[in-house]
Amino acid sequence: MASPALDHIEAGPHGHHYTTTGLDSRKIAIWAFIGSECMLFASLISTYLIYKGRSVVGPFPHEACNPPACATALKPILNIPVTSASTFVLLMSSLAMVLALAAVENRNLPKHTTGDRILGSSKLWLWATCILGATFLAFQAYEFTSFVHEGLTIRTNLFGSSFFTLTGFHGAHVTAGVIWLGTLLAIDYKRGLQPSDAINVDIAALYWHFVDVVWIAIFTLVYLIQ
Amino acid sequence: MAHKDQAPHGGHGTPTHEAGHAPGHDAHAHPTWKQYKWVALILTAITVVEVWIYYIPSFVASKLFVPSLLIMSAVKFAIVVMYYMHLKYDARLFRALFTGPLIIAVVTIISLLFLFGHIAVRMGS
Repeated sequence: MASPALDHIEAGPHGHHYTTTGLDSRKIAIWAFIGSECMLFASLISTYLIYKGRSVVGPFPHEACNPPACATALKPILNIPVTSASTFVLLMSSLAMVLALAAVENRNLPKHTTGDRILGSSKLWLWATCILGATFLAFQAYEFTSFVHEGLTIRTNLFGSSFFTLTGFHGAHVTAGVIWLGTLLAIDYKRGLQPSDAINVDIAALYWHFVDVVWIAIFTLVYLIQ
Repeated sequence: MAHKDQAPHGGHGTPTHEAGHAPGHDAHAHPTWKQYKWVALILTAITVVEVWIYYIPSFVASKLFVPSLLIMSAVKFAIVVMYYMHLKYDARLFRALFTGPLIIAVVTIISLLFLFGHIAVRMGS
């Protein structure tokens, strides 16, 4: 049984645990995890770049493919307008996420106007982030389906293998993020997210923004650079 | 809106616990709602420029195309990390935990591209 003195040492005057760094261990853990994820995505991106332009058969990302190289004439397969829209959706989801975190942190502040109530609604911004994340996934599902219909699968050529692996891993991360946000929403509906829960929302937000910055790199390196 | 110009993460640079912050949340003065709005606008504008130059054949054919895309992408990356992930305002250890592996990751990508002959340094004339 811990004594009151030991409770004070373990919990600290503000209720959080002391660490040798003076920082919250959970936040150190998420940053270390994000650092390791940087290297995972670097390996996937470098694999894509190494194999870029080395596919023997089409479809190709930016170039048309005509007989005899391809059985039938194929257009460049990447759909830049659709991907630009999905990129915009993911960027806006990051804005919604920071507003969700701000709403949780400022829950106890008085809300005098409609604008205050909108900005201070964690449910609204968490829903917005979830919906925008799900919209991004819907764009990706549409893209993958149209690619398969146009003859590009993970087994077709080097481009298909590296492209589906890279964007598939990213999509899996977005899916995990949407599920994570869903659990936060469930907690918010059950008992309301309080300022003391802000660290949990902050950790989820860091993961979500990381998924966004990875897409920023993928959009440029895979879709725009020819 | 009464608090739209306040820092959503704790007011005008006030210590976090003074503005209803969760204890143990290692945050300092975070961007304001206005700053978040401007960050979103800047990110959107850069994305629009990126896509716009993609559709200019003469620019795509020029030597400036790839460097300009890489620079714009790096700027967007840095803005999200600094303002949305609050790395600009957070503890140095978090910066080290992120930038260390990021540098290793970027060096790995560049090294592999050299190794597999995608980029090369031309010596002499």
